[in-house]
Amino acid sequence: MEHKAPIHEFLGLTFNMSNVLMITVTSVIVFLIAIAATRSLQLRPTGMQNFLEWVLDFVKGIINSTMDWHTGGRFLTLGATLIMYIFVANMLGLPFSVRVGEELWWKSPTADPTITLTLAVMIVGLTHYYGIKLKGVKEYSLDYFKPMAFLFPLKLVEEFANTLTLGLRLYGNIFAGEILLGLLAGLGTSGVFGAVGAAIPMMVWQAFSIFVGCIQAFIFTMLTMVYMAHKVSQDH
Amino acid sequence: MLISMNTFLLGAAEHHAGINSGDIIFQLLMFVILLALLRKYAFGPLMGIMKQREEHIANEIEQAEKHHQEAKKLAEEQRALLKQARQEAQALMENARKLGEEQKEQIVAAARAEAERLKETAKKEIEREKEQAVAALREQVASLSVLIASKVIEKELTEQDQAKLINEYIQEVGEGR
Repeated sequence: MEHKAPIHEFLGLTFNMSNVLMITVTSVIVFLIAIAATRSLQLRPTGMQNFLEWVLDFVKGIINSTMDWHTGGRFLTLGATLIMYIFVANMLGLPFSVRVGEELWWKSPTADPTITLTLAVMIVGLTHYYGIKLKGVKEYSLDYFKPMAFLFPLKLVEEFANTLTLGLRLYGNIFAGEILLGLLAGLGTSGVFGAVGAAIPMMVWQAFSIFVGCIQAFIFTMLTMVYMAHKVSQDH
Repeated sequence: MLISMNTFLLGAAEHHAGINSGDIIFQLLMFVILLALLRKYAFGPLMGIMKQREEHIANEIEQAEKHHQEAKKLAEEQRALLKQARQEAQALMENARKLGEEQKEQIVAAARAEAERLKETAKKEIEREKEQAVAALREQVASLSVLIASKVIEKELTEQDQAKLINEYIQEVGEGR
């Protein structure tokens, strides 16, 4: 069971083509869901519109629990996109994985630390951007010396720790789920006894992975808003 | 930072050096594009309609409150009108009763007067009849007494006197009639 990534060099950049494929697939699926839900908007919502409105309300709840709506309202689209994107990404690797030759093509894009860390860095970068934008450079810089000046090094470490934990938490959870699923699938295909023995744990673990996928999408969005609130909220 | 799937569990690993810089850029790009597309085509309109619904509901509530107030006012007005109508009916009935009473009095009085008049006329008639009867009787009595007297006198009168008397009498009667 050797897994290789389909690596290609292009314009001096290194592309993992499976990531490119899965990111595209995830984005397209999220986009299609959103478009399908909002194709015929009505004052009295039906079907899919209800679902997307529920997502928005859910994200709104997350934002409201971390900051006031006046500052947090602008992050609603970001949060909703983030939670849908990560949720779909987490789910994609669950039903099957596709290998072409030795190369693993179909998997959760979030099972790759490059992707999750990219998202995490993007989020933390955004928090800094909005921190400066909403509070001004002076206030933003002074925040590093609060509540006490000697905590400045810790504050710096915190920024990097936040980024790393945000990205690696998601990666670790999804990647671990996929590995165990892969192992169980390998056991299932090894023989009759293996198939019988692997069937039940496989179902259990897939159910658990669905749960983990939901939870991680929620946690990622929640932490995004927490970090954001940490940077943009006026009172400390 | 070594970005690789170091899967010792699977006993396999993929090895490549350096960072998947392409993936990073691609991921960022896709996410930003997705964000922009969703904002433009999905969440924007959806939030618009949610806001619209909020306004609609607020409007409806306001309207309902207004209607409620109006209905309350109308009910109050109706109640007042009803009260007034009832009072008017009461007054009308009172008037009618009074009028009836008066008319009764009048009719009774008129009847009484009529009866009185009739009684009076009857009394007068009776009186007149009585007088007439008395006069007639008196006349009768006079003539009878004359007749008896004449009968009595007849025996003592001579023929001539008698004739003379009869003549006188006849004359008298003829004059009297």
